[in-house]
Amino acid sequence: MDNQYDMLSPEALGKIDREVAKYPADQKQSAVMAALVIAQDEKGWLPQETIAAVASYLGMAPIAAYEVASFYNMYDLQPVGKYKLTVCTNLPCALSGGVHAADYVKQKLGIDFNETTPDGKFTLKEGECMGACGDAPVMLVNNKRMCSFMLPEEIDKLLAECK
Amino acid sequence: MALIDTINPLLTTGWAKGDAGWSLKDYEARGGYAQLKRVLASKMTPDDVIGEVKKSVLRGRGGAGFPTGLKWSFMPKAAPEKYVVCNTDEGEPGTFKDRDLLRFDPHSVIEGMIIAGYAVGAKLGYNYIHGEIFEIYQRFEAALDEARAAGYLGEKILGSDFSFDLFAHHGWGAYICGEETGLLESIEGKKGQPRYKPPFPANFGLYGKPTTINNTETFAAIPFILGMGGETYLNLGKPNNGGTKLFSVSGHVNRPGNYEVPMGTPFAKLLELAGGMRGGRRLKAVIPGGSSAPVLPAEVIMDCTMDYDSIAKAGSMLGSGAVIVMDETVCMVKALERLSYFYYEESCGQCTPCREGSGWLYRVVHRIEHGQGRAEDLDLLNRVTDNMMGKTICALADAAALPVRSFTKHFKSEFEYHIEHKKCLVDPEVQRAGSGFFRASSVTGAA
Repeated sequence: MDNQYDMLSPEALGKIDREVAKYPADQKQSAVMAALVIAQDEKGWLPQETIAAVASYLGMAPIAAYEVASFYNMYDLQPVGKYKLTVCTNLPCALSGGVHAADYVKQKLGIDFNETTPDGKFTLKEGECMGACGDAPVMLVNNKRMCSFMLPEEIDKLLAECK
Repeated sequence: MALIDTINPLLTTGWAKGDAGWSLKDYEARGGYAQLKRVLASKMTPDDVIGEVKKSVLRGRGGAGFPTGLKWSFMPKAAPEKYVVCNTDEGEPGTFKDRDLLRFDPHSVIEGMIIAGYAVGAKLGYNYIHGEIFEIYQRFEAALDEARAAGYLGEKILGSDFSFDLFAHHGWGAYICGEETGLLESIEGKKGQPRYKPPFPANFGLYGKPTTINNTETFAAIPFILGMGGETYLNLGKPNNGGTKLFSVSGHVNRPGNYEVPMGTPFAKLLELAGGMRGGRRLKAVIPGGSSAPVLPAEVIMDCTMDYDSIAKAGSMLGSGAVIVMDETVCMVKALERLSYFYYEESCGQCTPCREGSGWLYRVVHRIEHGQGRAEDLDLLNRVTDNMMGKTICALADAAALPVRSFTKHFKSEFEYHIEHKKCLVDPEVQRAGSGFFRASSVTGAA
């Protein structure tokens, strides 16, 4: 198992080291959330062996890292499309069209929540409050990019720019 | 969403330039870090700082409204290792103030946390930032780099004997981590499941060490309180409800956004600042403090002032200051269904009454909304809430139950109509138009 970290690039390991440095020396496990995000960014999703590699790098049991990966919503334990769109349908967003925005995306892409388009380009997810209710309807692209005021024209524009 | 309007701005003074005004030089130009310098140079004792915060009657801005100065005074003095933690896991539906604070004025939070560290004797702090606002997390990290380079963070700050460092930790999609002990578990690299209290974080917090944990807006207020004095700050608001407060106004208003007003401002004034009701429609109901606060009918909220005591007297909670405004196009059964789904999804699963009860609430509200409600369902909902409230480790069960109780109490006839007639009292076409999504005539909306 000498090469168990090979599945993560030196760049990714460097980023994880930077996270580890934020915490007391005996608390490396604190970096697991950030480390799993870094791994997910690199791999596109989190296969079990990647989770195990992250756990090993941080000196924790694989199951402890898997508990974290399966507890927090934005870790993808199954492959997702190139663009993962997450639409908030919670009440404040829904009052300004969040559910309608989700319906509109479903119709445009021909998929339901938790489905991926046949070309592997888009995955659609139903999201919970993203803390931006004043900008409703709100969507996330690949977890990190927030899109505000997503009315039909803005959704069309977003879908068109996702190549 | 930048600030649009305000009364006596304090926390939002730095927001005027929007995304162009967050950096260290901008913050310093508007008097930033002056209070940290004064505290360290004048050798104010930690007790002096806590005393000033106590005088201000600053109450925790995250939702519970606990007096901040009192919380700080609970920290054991002798403990060698202590922490300061900021809760920016802003996931209470309707709340989006802390995101803008970190976006437009991150250094005010940093300065507040350093001063808090000095007051409670901590050398290390963490700001836990909601996973969904990753761009804001990156901005906060950039602000931390600036502060560190300028000598506001690190060893022997500004030539004093006080050392303090601060880091950002991001969440990744779990509402429960807004609960303070769930958040601490999460920083420790675990599932964010809340701990039993007591012991409280002041005795057993992060890594088992004494920890002060406050909301983002609470920390941001600290430099202003020290600048003007606790008493002056208190007098900006009303007795027992010191200072100004950020209100996140969402839903059916013309200008959703954050508004900073003095505690005790009439709700009607806040509604006016937010541009009034969208399309001039009639106000139906307001959730005044985030989605777990009981809903209030229009005639009740219109008589309230926006402060902890007035909203509590009306039967709800000021909570995080998230004001969700609903007009006459809203079906209250459908609105509750959205909320119940949220709590069902976000229950951490640790306590049986919450894990099972939140599912029951969602499924029963869902079947009422979808025309399959039964005559006994309203009693059933009440019984389920009875079996949840006060019976779990944290308050999520109560947060799931309170909307159900208040919606079915204040809008009972709508639920009864749904059960009897198998459809909404509010015409579906009216509801559809209410969201404003389909305003462009060229668009053919989904059914």
